[in-house]
Amino acid sequence: MKGIVGRKLGMSQVFDEETGQVTPVTVIEAGPCPVVSVKEAAVDGYDAVQVAYDEVAEERLSKPKLGHLKKNGVAPHRHLLELRGLTGATEGEAVTVESFEVGDKVKVSGVSIGKGFAGTIKRHNFSRGPTSHGSHNVRKPGSVGASATPSRVFKGIKMAGRLGGKRVTQVGLTVHSVDPEQNLLLVKGAVPGPKNGLVEVREEIRRGS
Amino acid sequence: MHRIIQDLEQRQLRSDRPRFKPGDTVRVHFQVIEGQRRRVQVFEGIVIKRQGAGARETFTVRKQSFGVGVERTFPLHSPKIEKIEVAAIGDVSRAKLYYLRGKVGKKARVREVQRRGPLSSVDAVAAGVGDGTQAEPDAGSAAEPEEGAEPEAVAAEEAVTDEPAAEEPADEGSEAEAKEAGAEAPSV
Repeated sequence: MKGIVGRKLGMSQVFDEETGQVTPVTVIEAGPCPVVSVKEAAVDGYDAVQVAYDEVAEERLSKPKLGHLKKNGVAPHRHLLELRGLTGATEGEAVTVESFEVGDKVKVSGVSIGKGFAGTIKRHNFSRGPTSHGSHNVRKPGSVGASATPSRVFKGIKMAGRLGGKRVTQVGLTVHSVDPEQNLLLVKGAVPGPKNGLVEVREEIRRGS
Repeated sequence: MHRIIQDLEQRQLRSDRPRFKPGDTVRVHFQVIEGQRRRVQVFEGIVIKRQGAGARETFTVRKQSFGVGVERTFPLHSPKIEKIEVAAIGDVSRAKLYYLRGKVGKKARVREVQRRGPLSSVDAVAAGVGDGTQAEPDAGSAAEPEEGAEPEAVAAEEAVTDEPAAEEPADEGSEAEAKEAGAEAPSV
C-alpha cells in the first residue's frame, strides 16, 4: 500500500488540453515524510510505518518526542503518524509524492471542519416544519419516542449536538497529477478538512479487485 | 488563496483573450469534437455576464436562435476556445445583463458605443491582430480618454511586433491575404 501525510492547500480546477474538460482538484502538499520506525506483525502485532511530517524547530517539541526522533535519526517534525500496511518503506528514508502515480485510486483522511453545536436539520438532514398558520415547529426535532412504553428515549436517537471536527475519510478519489519538485499531489474531488489541515493520503485497495 | 494554487492557475491563463465586457457582441470560435474529427463552431451573441476570477473565470453569451433565446457559458481560458472576436462594443450600465432575458425583438438590443473614425479601419486593425484586441482600447478612449491612454500604448506595441508579418502581403496588394497573414501572426 502507498501512503503519505500532507497538508491541504485548497481547491482549484485544471483544464484538459485535449478535450477542454475542467477537472476540480484539491491541491495537497505532501511529504517528504521521513520514516521514523517500521513496525512488524511479528514484533508489534501489526504492520505499520511511523512517519514524521512538517519540520519544526527543536524547541517546539517535547523532550520525549525529541528523544524518540533523535534515537531514529530524524530531524524534529511537528507530526508523528502511523500508516498501517505501508509497504516499500525503510528506516532512514523518506516517503515522497513520487511513490504515487497519475490515476492511482486513493482515499484521503482528515479532520472535518467543525460546525459547533448544530441542530437536527443541519446535522442529520431532518425536514423543517411549516413556518406559518400558527406553527411553532419550525426547526424542532419532532418526536423522539413513544409514551409510557418504553417511557424512555432509546439510545442513538438522532438529536442536536456537535457537528464536524471529526476524522472523516473520503474514498473514491483519483490522483490527477503529481509534482515532485513542489511535493504536490493533485487529487480529483474534495477532501475533508479546512485549508492547511493535516491529511493522510492512502492508496485505496478495493475488495475483489 | 495559496501561492502554489495561484501559480497553478496562472499557468493555465491564456494571453490571447481580448478585452471585452458585458454588453459587447462577441464571436466565440470554439472546437466541437465529433467522434474523431474536430471542427470550429462560432457562437455569436451579446455577453451578458462575466463571472469568477483567474483561470476559473467564465462568461455567458446570449443570442436569439430561430426566435428562441440561447445562452452559453464558456470558461474564458478554456483550451477549446480558439479565439474570441469582439464584433461590437456595447454601451450598458450593468455588470449583469439579465434584463435582456425578459425582452424580445427590438427591446432585446444593446446600444453600441459610438466609435471615432470609419468602422472599416477598426475592422482592419482588429483583423491584423487576429483576435480583435484593438477594438476595445479604441472604445475605451472614446468613452474615457484618461483610461484609454494605457490600452492604446499596449495596442501600439502589438502593432509594432505585427508589422513584419503584415507588411509582406500588403505589398502584394490583396486584402484577403493580409487578413490571413494577420490571423497567423499571433501563433508564430
